[in-house]
Amino acid sequence: MSNVMEIRWHGRGGQGAKTASLLLADAAFNTGKYVQGFPEYGPERMGAPITAYNRISDEKITVHSNIYNPQFVVVVDDSLLTAVDVTNGLSEDGAIIINTTKKAEEIKPLLKGYAGKVYTIDARKISTECLGRYFPNTPMLAAVVVVSKLMPIDDFISDMAESYKHKFASKPHVVEGNIRALKRSVTEVHEI
Amino acid sequence: MSKRDRLSGNEAVSVAMRQINPDVVAAFPITPSTEVPQYFASFVANGMVDTEFVPVESEHSAMSACIGAQAAGARTMTATSANGLALMWEMLYIAASSKLPITLAAVNRALSGPININNDHSDTMGARDSGWIQIYGENNQEAYDNFIQAVRIGEHPDVMLPVMDCYDGFITSHAVENIELLDDDAVKKFVGEYNPGESLLNRKNPISVGPLDTVTHYFEHKRIQAEAMKNAKQVILDVAEEFEKLTGRKYGLFEEYMMDDAEVAIVIINSTAGTAKETIKGLRAKGIKAGLIKIRVFRPFPVEEIAKALSKVKAVAIMDKCDGFNAAGGPLFNEVTSALYGRADGIKAINYIYGLGGRDVSVQDIATVYDRLLDIVNTGNIGEVYNYLGVRE
Repeated sequence: MSNVMEIRWHGRGGQGAKTASLLLADAAFNTGKYVQGFPEYGPERMGAPITAYNRISDEKITVHSNIYNPQFVVVVDDSLLTAVDVTNGLSEDGAIIINTTKKAEEIKPLLKGYAGKVYTIDARKISTECLGRYFPNTPMLAAVVVVSKLMPIDDFISDMAESYKHKFASKPHVVEGNIRALKRSVTEVHEI
Repeated sequence: MSKRDRLSGNEAVSVAMRQINPDVVAAFPITPSTEVPQYFASFVANGMVDTEFVPVESEHSAMSACIGAQAAGARTMTATSANGLALMWEMLYIAASSKLPITLAAVNRALSGPININNDHSDTMGARDSGWIQIYGENNQEAYDNFIQAVRIGEHPDVMLPVMDCYDGFITSHAVENIELLDDDAVKKFVGEYNPGESLLNRKNPISVGPLDTVTHYFEHKRIQAEAMKNAKQVILDVAEEFEKLTGRKYGLFEEYMMDDAEVAIVIINSTAGTAKETIKGLRAKGIKAGLIKIRVFRPFPVEEIAKALSKVKAVAIMDKCDGFNAAGGPLFNEVTSALYGRADGIKAINYIYGLGGRDVSVQDIATVYDRLLDIVNTGNIGEVYNYLGVRE
């Protein structure tokens, strides 16, 4: 599976981590890739920790297990850093992307000595300013595309614009807000 | 001719259902099958099909409504999982013995208790002797393809039996993956119109369905039912051949993966077969002659074909995602070992129960099974026959 990009999402029920994994699968699919997007199902409660996964490859993917050694981990809620072993199995050649306002010295001690790259983004700020509400999945989606270099950013933005137009046909202002959130996120995800 | 898409297994099956445009769908929701009637209900509401959708109050009623509709001459479908299938139990047997080719999307989930929503095969394995044809699929593509073929198989005049299209809950039903969809017209042409020779609404040829069958006839009726299941094997292969001409996708009674020169093999059902293929690639790179048989058709069980396919291996592990509670092994193990008896004797066979209640199975987990098989080949010592993979003891 050396040619398969594996991504693990950690979020809380209701934050859209599952949806983000499916949107990422969609975006990669539209570039001609083979994709998998799937959550790990358990008791479904708002606020409970949830895990979702992506596999993306140029070749057909047959593995149907969870992901144990991802190249990238996305943490949609920084309160999970103390609740879930988010860096477990994460490749040190890869990266972790965290939605947080905390500084490097606060975040790094929570990562159990993870030696790979660490990126942060303030998805709350971007989401509330662009969408008027807290939907962290849009900024996190943009962040993972930037960090993983999965596809050219311009292609990603235009592809997402198309799918938002389709999804929110009756609410054009939501489309515009989401696109603005994506564009801002591209510039506001930083390595710490 | 086909459209590249990405869909979950449930979306794919509901699309197949829309393309087939059945006369009646009667269903009651249960996780993880709920999305199939959910998506389909939206197709009904949007006028994309002209199906009579019957939202019943239980799975027992769902299967009862399917039986009534199919007996009336309507092409009828439903979907369920786990305890929903269990609640249909009484009616499953009546559907099969009444020779009613209903199509059921059986989204595999662990049967309670303890209550659990995740995947294993205890639900459909429990229904294995109900007289339904059972076809299993590894991924969304196979769930979709099998659903379309199921209609033709069940409705064939030599068969006239209900068919379950079984695929793994969540792993297949809820994961989004690439898929090739057929054009609507191609599906409609492939399945054709349903014109049963006999039906309750055929006034020119009045019949009864489901009356008391006394000592003088019951046995003969069961014998006819058993013959229909025997006939199904050839029909399944014929339908698969026609489907291959349409799609280029080849189906048989089971899939053989790297079996030509295999010395060690596993026999397995559904999504974990895909994971095991990745294990095999790794083993083959190290020069280990590992192979795999993925069961597609469990009812009828391809006894002679399985024995032939396994005849050259030295050791085989039969993988059950369902325990047998007979203190000896799971249902697939029983079927495969009895197929080998007298046809391919002397092959060392062991059983693993795996993945119950959604316990994840990784590429490495499957590698430990092949390690065990290689050890059996090297030492000649089988050891414990009835084993568990990935359980805390």
